[in-house]
Amino acid sequence: MDQPRGRAFYLLAAVFALYVLFLYGPTLTILALSFQGPSGGLTFPMNGVSTHWFAKLWEGVGVVDIWAALRRSLALGLVVMMLTVGIAFYAGLAFRKGFWGAGLVFALAVSSLIVPSIVVSLGIGLEFRLLDDAIKALAAATGWGFLQDHGTLMGLYSSALGAHLTWTLPFGLLIMFAVFNRFDPAYEEAARDLGASGPQTLRHVVVPILAPALVGVALFGFTLSFDELARTSQAIGGRNTLPLELQGLTTTVTTPEIYALGTVTTAVSALVIGTALGLTLWLQKRRARRALAGRT
Amino acid sequence: MTDLALPTAAPTERAAAPALSARPRRSLAYLQAAPLALVFVVFLVIPLVLTGIVSLWEYNEYAIIPALTLQNYADVFDGCLSADLCTTLRTYLSTVKFVALTLAITLPLGFAIAYFLAFHIRSGTVRMGLFLLCTIPFWTSNVIRMISWIPLLGRNGLINDTLRALGLIRQPIEGLLYSDFAVVLAFVHLDTVFMIVPIFNSLARIDRRLIEAARDGGASGAQILWNVILPLAKPGIAIGTIFVTTLVMGDFVTVGVMGGQQIASVGKVIQVQMAYLQFPAAAANAMVLLAAVLLMILGLTRMIDLRREL
Repeated sequence: MDQPRGRAFYLLAAVFALYVLFLYGPTLTILALSFQGPSGGLTFPMNGVSTHWFAKLWEGVGVVDIWAALRRSLALGLVVMMLTVGIAFYAGLAFRKGFWGAGLVFALAVSSLIVPSIVVSLGIGLEFRLLDDAIKALAAATGWGFLQDHGTLMGLYSSALGAHLTWTLPFGLLIMFAVFNRFDPAYEEAARDLGASGPQTLRHVVVPILAPALVGVALFGFTLSFDELARTSQAIGGRNTLPLELQGLTTTVTTPEIYALGTVTTAVSALVIGTALGLTLWLQKRRARRALAGRT
Repeated sequence: MTDLALPTAAPTERAAAPALSARPRRSLAYLQAAPLALVFVVFLVIPLVLTGIVSLWEYNEYAIIPALTLQNYADVFDGCLSADLCTTLRTYLSTVKFVALTLAITLPLGFAIAYFLAFHIRSGTVRMGLFLLCTIPFWTSNVIRMISWIPLLGRNGLINDTLRALGLIRQPIEGLLYSDFAVVLAFVHLDTVFMIVPIFNSLARIDRRLIEAARDGGASGAQILWNVILPLAKPGIAIGTIFVTTLVMGDFVTVGVMGGQQIASVGKVIQVQMAYLQFPAAAANAMVLLAAVLLMILGLTRMIDLRREL
């Protein structure tokens, strides 16, 4: 591979550059257009530069309470993130030890990625509706007071949370596999030989070594949940998440307000990605420093 | 998302562990895997089973009735045996057309980019940086990325304006936005990353000595690509193809937003039936969609032994 750069290199480099332009160009366009002047429209030219549309967005978009939706999506994203990191980490440990049915659980995780999102969403929606029906039937049959005004079990932290986990956990698990494949068990053995208990080994040896990867899993967990749409669509009760509201707004809002909203959501995602990447770099640097310090 | 091999306990570790402590650690593994298994059972397996059951139930305007019937499936394929195509078949043909077009673009594009990153970038840091550059948009909102085509493709968008300013066209081209073209463009925009990552993963694992050996043996660049690299990249290509296929087959958001809510798709049919509370009909459609997707994947996995490659 150490030949001089040939024609193929420049051709592929051009393809790559064009692809990156294609990837980022449109998003940068709406970032610019969200600062459109008050008389500006959905397309170029820019009629001045202002934060008018952000101010309008701050006041709210029509009947939709967009800020409540944003808060819901943030909260759900954080819960999904923590659960994804915890569940995927322990599952990774279990898969490393091996257990009866490991192949089956792995197949389930892969299926969860492959089954179309609309099918998963519909299934979860049906499951919760049937549960509600069952509870109502039980209430009618027994006359138990606390069941009488049962509304629905469907909601942000039940059906929607489950729907998001079916999407984030497979990614988290695959990352944990990749990480544990490169993890040297000698560290654990050394800790055990020095008298560390199981939980101590986990807390003081395994987790610090895997910290950058765990940050990566957290990044996947939060961003995939924050932007999830297809799986949530049929598996949420009355109150929507931000992506669902956004999808509805695409047909009704015809002002740059929707670009402003796009800028805000992209900023949230970018902030999370930036924090995660920065944290990973910092963790790796710190580890390298400590390794150097330990050697001298 | 790099090395997708099931990690196995190192044999030395297992042999070294005394027999007494081995047992509790084994049961610990079940405890540790239980939450994951539980999530998939409650939110994947049971929902799919229930969908299958409900697809066989009757319904009226008010409620679903637990009585066995095949009517929902008969409705899905209603009129499919007559000369002109039924709605379902036409919808599937339209969706499969999108799958074919999207694959025809994302596969060569994804391969070219993965190949460029894996073989032409010499510095590991630069390679990782460029790879991240390709994957970062995957972590942002799909709907926003679709909307962002409006200022470019719209009637008075950047493309029409530029072409008019150059004097190439007099009237703006109407079919740029809210058309099949826009839908395919959005699919390529959103889904190429699902090709790049697995193909890159396959390419990165190719032993460079194989390529040197081929060159020493007198193979030309094209021969190396076709006879050495491509066969070794097959698992990545298959995984990427499976991803793109299921994403496009089950889509209803992209087709809705980019098609101006005018183009039919299987996912959209299901969504509309859910909105009208026709659950058994939606369930029947979902089962047919699932079967169609699984058949397509089965066809793809015949290309390679996926189990061994993972």
